[in-house]
Amino acid sequence: MFTPHTEKDVEAMLKSIGAKSVEELFKVVPAKHRFPELDLPPAASEMEIMGELQELADANGTTQNMLCFLGAGAYDHYTPAAVDMLLRRGEFYTAYTPYQPEISQGTLQTIFEYQSMLSHLTGMDIMNASHYDGATSCAEAVILANEQFRGKRKQFLVSRAVNPQYREVMRTYMQGFPEIKIVGDEPETGIEADMQKLIAKIDSNTALVLVQYPDFFGRIIDYTPLVEAAHAQGALVAVAVNPTALGILTPPGEIGADIVVGEGQPLGLPLSYGGPYLGMFGVKEPLLRKISGRLVGETTDVRGQRAFVLTLTAREQHIRREKASSNICSNQGLMTTCAAIYLSLLGKTGFAKVADLCYQKAHYAQKELISIKGFKPMFAETPFFHEFVVKCPGDVEDLLEHLEDYEILGGYDLGQDYPELKGCLMVAVTEKMSKDSIDYFKASIEEVSHA
Amino acid sequence: MPEPTVFELSSPGRQGVKFPDSDVPKTSLPKGFVRKELPLPEMSEIDVVRHFTHLSSMNYSIDTGLYPLGSCTMKYNPKINEVTARLPGFAFSHPRQPEDTIQGNLYLMYALQEYLKEISGFAGVTLAPSAGAQGEFTGTLIIRKYHEDRGDSKRTRMLIPDSAHGTNPATSAMTGFEVVPLPSDERGNVDLEALKLLADDRLAGLMLTNPNTLGLFDEHVLEVVRIVHEAGGLVYGDGANLNALLGIVRPGDLGFDVMHFNLHKTFSTPHGGGGPGSGPVAVSQKLLDFLPDPLVVEVQPAEGDDPALYGFVRPAKTIGRVKAFHGQFGMHIRAYTYIRMHGAPGLRDIAEKAVLNANYMMQKIKQAYHLPYDRVCMHEFVVEGFWKDVPDIHALDIAKRLMDYKFHPPTNYFPLNVHEALMIEPTETESIESMDAYIDAMLKIAKEAREEPQLLHDAPHNTPVGRCDELKAAKNLMFCCYPLNELQKK
Repeated sequence: MFTPHTEKDVEAMLKSIGAKSVEELFKVVPAKHRFPELDLPPAASEMEIMGELQELADANGTTQNMLCFLGAGAYDHYTPAAVDMLLRRGEFYTAYTPYQPEISQGTLQTIFEYQSMLSHLTGMDIMNASHYDGATSCAEAVILANEQFRGKRKQFLVSRAVNPQYREVMRTYMQGFPEIKIVGDEPETGIEADMQKLIAKIDSNTALVLVQYPDFFGRIIDYTPLVEAAHAQGALVAVAVNPTALGILTPPGEIGADIVVGEGQPLGLPLSYGGPYLGMFGVKEPLLRKISGRLVGETTDVRGQRAFVLTLTAREQHIRREKASSNICSNQGLMTTCAAIYLSLLGKTGFAKVADLCYQKAHYAQKELISIKGFKPMFAETPFFHEFVVKCPGDVEDLLEHLEDYEILGGYDLGQDYPELKGCLMVAVTEKMSKDSIDYFKASIEEVSHA
Repeated sequence: MPEPTVFELSSPGRQGVKFPDSDVPKTSLPKGFVRKELPLPEMSEIDVVRHFTHLSSMNYSIDTGLYPLGSCTMKYNPKINEVTARLPGFAFSHPRQPEDTIQGNLYLMYALQEYLKEISGFAGVTLAPSAGAQGEFTGTLIIRKYHEDRGDSKRTRMLIPDSAHGTNPATSAMTGFEVVPLPSDERGNVDLEALKLLADDRLAGLMLTNPNTLGLFDEHVLEVVRIVHEAGGLVYGDGANLNALLGIVRPGDLGFDVMHFNLHKTFSTPHGGGGPGSGPVAVSQKLLDFLPDPLVVEVQPAEGDDPALYGFVRPAKTIGRVKAFHGQFGMHIRAYTYIRMHGAPGLRDIAEKAVLNANYMMQKIKQAYHLPYDRVCMHEFVVEGFWKDVPDIHALDIAKRLMDYKFHPPTNYFPLNVHEALMIEPTETESIESMDAYIDAMLKIAKEAREEPQLLHDAPHNTPVGRCDELKAAKNLMFCCYPLNELQKK
């Protein structure tokens, strides 16, 4: 199968080593524990394993056989066929980290192009070669800000309207630094779109303010006053973005963000039950040397040709060891390749069109849903992108369970994370949703509600 | 010939993919929030396909040839993994779906947790961590929380052998520990006398890679574990080199308390040009409550015709979430596929062949390269890429010359405790013929070093690009290319 050794090969090799048996090579392992009997199911052939996994896959409901109005951090977009066909090239996916630039230009230039397109999309000077996902890129923003102020500023503000999982991961990451306080997302600070209560908390002890754009509820908020207030106190601002929205919206770089982070899954990555995804991470030039993770830079080779290499590696753990600010080694390399191919294919017009379709369809869906008796819009005064919140007349969990019978994943029950939003349903709509599907969604809710 | 960038290939008006027009009434965009321009490339589909195909052909990969990067376990990645991970039932499942709609995924994750427990000899496994380094981070946070929970606040020191991967000290620092280096003895084992001196009530734990980065199984591993435990510390196992131990010995049986797996090394999920990895973490009984959120459990056993039901739980004293959602699920499918196709005898065969291959190569290569620790190795070995009689030749030159022979070089300049290190890990999937070709090239290069050293200094000769000016990259700081019209403006 995957080990090519014949009996003859093994004999020849043992002879050359001067060993009588393969077992002999393991004499150093404590005898009492050597060669345990593992209780695992018997080996399956390729044909059998294919059947077994097909059966498991078939046991799932999917966004192919159910209408998906679920978002909350992962979005059901259409990925053109060419993306996966190219990703299946073994030269891309079976290569290691491009430490040897002479034989890794494919990976290096692809990452360089990813960095470039993401820089243009977000308006940032430098995007790195990725972190694990949106949540860990937020945590890395906290680490960066802590490094920038050498631990002297202890307050890290995060809006309550940032994805709750991102906020939890930020806190997990900072457990080793109990003097650091991540605050600002208490219920009292609220989720008002004007952010006045969060802005009021910014002071000279604030290292970082982190907000989301569009926020977890899909709202498009003007962060200019917040950025001004933070900068007036010398604090950094990090903005977690949804890249699709940047197809039409002003990039965070233009409103003064110092750090941009976010989940890159919408850039052609399959939903794949939450991973592997893509942590986007970028900074403005003054923070360049504080950025963690890999960076690809342009240079020339001895023949005078343009070439790409991993650069500023002295920041990283394999060189700086305990002095490195982050331990990241493996990143989401193949996912950056996916995003680079997706963005190249969609290009200027296609990417803007997808963003616009999401916006249009979400707004149609919102109008339809709030026209149902008892359903009310939440945050009605604030513009939104492709995700919105409606207040339901009854129990949300109940509604969602009934909608499953109509083969609909109806959205996200916000009461799970926000007690103040009990009874609120969050709905995401992408370019994949047709008017007919949205109408069917509405009709199904009406039927369920009347039943 | 260098390949132009997507921006250089762009031509205004071209489009790679068409989306349908909107079928809903128009809503105007929010005033004040609309971006002025979107500087992305404009290419047709064929331009994009050819561009990335050209780029891929500039890469060396496992599918191209032997890739003996020590410590990275560049084994063959079975094609079936790529097919199973893309089954629509998996690929089109949303991470926020209600548990009753996603039982196939939950069962797969549950079973993988169970398999990894059995393979490693631990009591519990989390699949959440994104990569080896995040697994280390999770494991050291668990150690931190364990001591905290017992009210033992003095334990601030983490011992790290000098041969460790850079992630070990970086991780310990990230979780707030003081990093204390631990020397090796002359046989490449942990120096027991040094360990005894450091084993006091400040000791939180020891991070041990075994086999270590010299490819050597620690001859006193049980003694090392005993000393740490007696001092009240925990032993963290870096599973980077687990490939050598599958079916040979279970780290849990040796007394390790925590360990991470690298699914992308040991269980054949592809490296993807630098990621994604996947770094599940296993723990002993007393650490179960500290595992990260979420864990998959059987919430309702099978009864009659009704299958068992699986769901997520949050462990009682959890360290919290380490990432959004539930881990690198696509990698879990591949690792599950791989384990199921091997079974217990197949897993043991992997380790045996990996160790056989490494010893075979070591015996041949040491004819021309100095082997500082000359004893039976596990899955990898380290030689010096340096000879006293030709002091101008360095490990780097040997590495680059190997490219001329169409091979990927070994890991070089690591581990740090070997001068001009060349670290070679053939993995179990290489045949004797493929290794012989590599050995031939290595021996030829040793000869060339004496007879035609310039060949090594100038290498590589026939790669898409030659040696690159890394200083220039660090000085010019070009991380981004611009659209041509913007370039002209600059």
